[in-house]
Amino acid sequence: MSLKKTNPLKSIYYRYPNLSLLWGLFTLTLIMFSISLPGKFFTISNFSSIAFQLPELGILTMAMAITMLSGGINLSIIATANLSGVVMATIMTTMIQGAQSPQGWIIDLAIAAGLGAAVLVGLVNGIIIAFIGVSPILATLGTMTLVNGISILTTKGYVISGLPEQMQFFGNEALLGIPVPFIIFALLAIAIGFWLKKMPSGLNNYLIGSNETATRYSGVNTKSVLLRTYMISGLLSGIAAIIMISRFNSARAGYAESYLLITVLASVFGGVDPNGGFGKVGGLVLSLFILQMVSSGLNLLGVSSFLAVTLWGVLLIGIMIVQKYQKKQVG
Amino acid sequence: MLSVSNITKRNEFYLALVILSLVLLLTFTTDQFLTLGNLLELFTSYSFLGIMSAGMLVVLISGGIDLSFTATATISQYIMSTVIIEQGGNLFLAFVIGAAVGLALGAINGMLIHFIKKHPLIITIATLNIYKGLLMYFTKGKWIYNFPMWFSKPHDIFIIENSEGYIFPISLSLFLFFIIFIVAAFILKYTKTGRKIYAMGGNKEAARRMGFNIFGLTIFVYGFMGLLAGIGSVSHALIVQTVAPNAIIGKELDVIAAVVLGGASLQGGTGTVLGTFLGVALVAIISNAVILVGIPSYWYEILLGTIIVISVSMTAYNNKKNMRREAEIDVA
Repeated sequence: MSLKKTNPLKSIYYRYPNLSLLWGLFTLTLIMFSISLPGKFFTISNFSSIAFQLPELGILTMAMAITMLSGGINLSIIATANLSGVVMATIMTTMIQGAQSPQGWIIDLAIAAGLGAAVLVGLVNGIIIAFIGVSPILATLGTMTLVNGISILTTKGYVISGLPEQMQFFGNEALLGIPVPFIIFALLAIAIGFWLKKMPSGLNNYLIGSNETATRYSGVNTKSVLLRTYMISGLLSGIAAIIMISRFNSARAGYAESYLLITVLASVFGGVDPNGGFGKVGGLVLSLFILQMVSSGLNLLGVSSFLAVTLWGVLLIGIMIVQKYQKKQVG
Repeated sequence: MLSVSNITKRNEFYLALVILSLVLLLTFTTDQFLTLGNLLELFTSYSFLGIMSAGMLVVLISGGIDLSFTATATISQYIMSTVIIEQGGNLFLAFVIGAAVGLALGAINGMLIHFIKKHPLIITIATLNIYKGLLMYFTKGKWIYNFPMWFSKPHDIFIIENSEGYIFPISLSLFLFFIIFIVAAFILKYTKTGRKIYAMGGNKEAARRMGFNIFGLTIFVYGFMGLLAGIGSVSHALIVQTVAPNAIIGKELDVIAAVVLGGASLQGGTGTVLGTFLGVALVAIISNAVILVGIPSYWYEILLGTIIVISVSMTAYNNKKNMRREAEIDVA
């Protein structure tokens, strides 16, 4: 290879092949929909609705992605979110019924208890995976069924509705024109990005995904790292639950179950290596935006929303084929 | 060699013990459980799940996984019912259509998995969404009920009559369930293809260097899964007499759970038809137990979840112990 002046774009591409690809797709989607839907797609109202819809899936995708980075998977995220939502809603509805006016501390308590339940599920996952040595897919398949069962048992299969008015804040209100759920999502994305990039347990999470044995032999307490990863994954599911019950204005076992495999799709689309070790939060955010823009764009075009699901699958297959050739090219 | 210590090392042994104790418990606490009628009905209602689990077993043995088979099954159901309602036909044709559609969609999975060379989990999540989206787009989520008469009448292969004159029909679905398990066992145990599938699951690279046709095997494995998803879906339509978009989709993980309970490993290379049968039986018996004993049905998932967690934990713990034992020998 000659050492001539290289095209700066090209060097960026060689440094971040996957992120460049996603930015390209992002721009392409944006331009294509803006041209085909003049005055409808590139509008504040459309992006505001995207910003309301994206966070729920987005936070759950991060919960999935961090476990995939460690070479695992967490099939129990939706079940955890639902349990967490059921715990929150149960405490709110039973305790507020007695009181005259809905009190703030009850809501705080309910949210804390719900998040606690979610972290607890993460802890159980972590123990089974890190200490007993069960493969993550099987461990979380089991806890998914178990946790779902607990939610069904608590609710007897019914929907818990009648949440206090204040809960609307988390899912349906905006601060300075920015939807609250999107603010939560953005803060979490920054926090998770910081954890993965700057903190020891986050960096070790990547290393475990690349080679767990080597990481252990280099003196890292892999068990405690994995435990933390699954607890954070649980916590993220719990935070998604706050937005979920606020948007549905109710809680139930079995909400959003179809999201489970979509979170895997969005993670891999965003550049997370299914075998672990590689992937960035930036990629995830881009992936979520692309997927959400595709679905809202097709919706505005009057195309059935089911075709959006098909297109998501096609996009995933497509990006995997491109990645295969990229690997040959970039090395 | 068949010695006692060999038997107790096998996963099927423990599974059979759990099932046996459940059966004994149910036999003493309820008087309906151990009746031919109950058992036949139970296994008939689980037959479509059983048929698909045989396909999943082969996929898991090959070292892969398939999450799209429920969408494959539902597409087969819709195409099959549309053809027999609009064009007429017979039961044989219904099964042929279901099987052909399933085989084709399964083969597409196999091709994508072979050429893209990414984890089958991810590829089949993509195809699940593609198939599901197309299905919903074309059917608009409509249910199908109006099956022709010949499809709706009971299809019994033969009838058992007991001494008191009660008759117990063996339905076609149940019959197929057993036939398919026998066929799967035969393929896996006595054909070259079957042995190659085990080898591929054990070590794909080694299998490739042995000169095995990995592409052909991959197509076979996912095609077989699709084929059984298609056959199972027709069998499902025969039992419930309706076709709905969400009747089977969403049950992917249930089928995988049953096969894994039966001792198949997600790492590939291990798993037996007998184990899978016991896994399906365990899931079926738990659901039946909850109903017969009169426990509120929402306990079912908790019971199933607990059993899965305990079972996979025990397997992992035993593997760890064995590895440690081997490691000690190395050091000495």
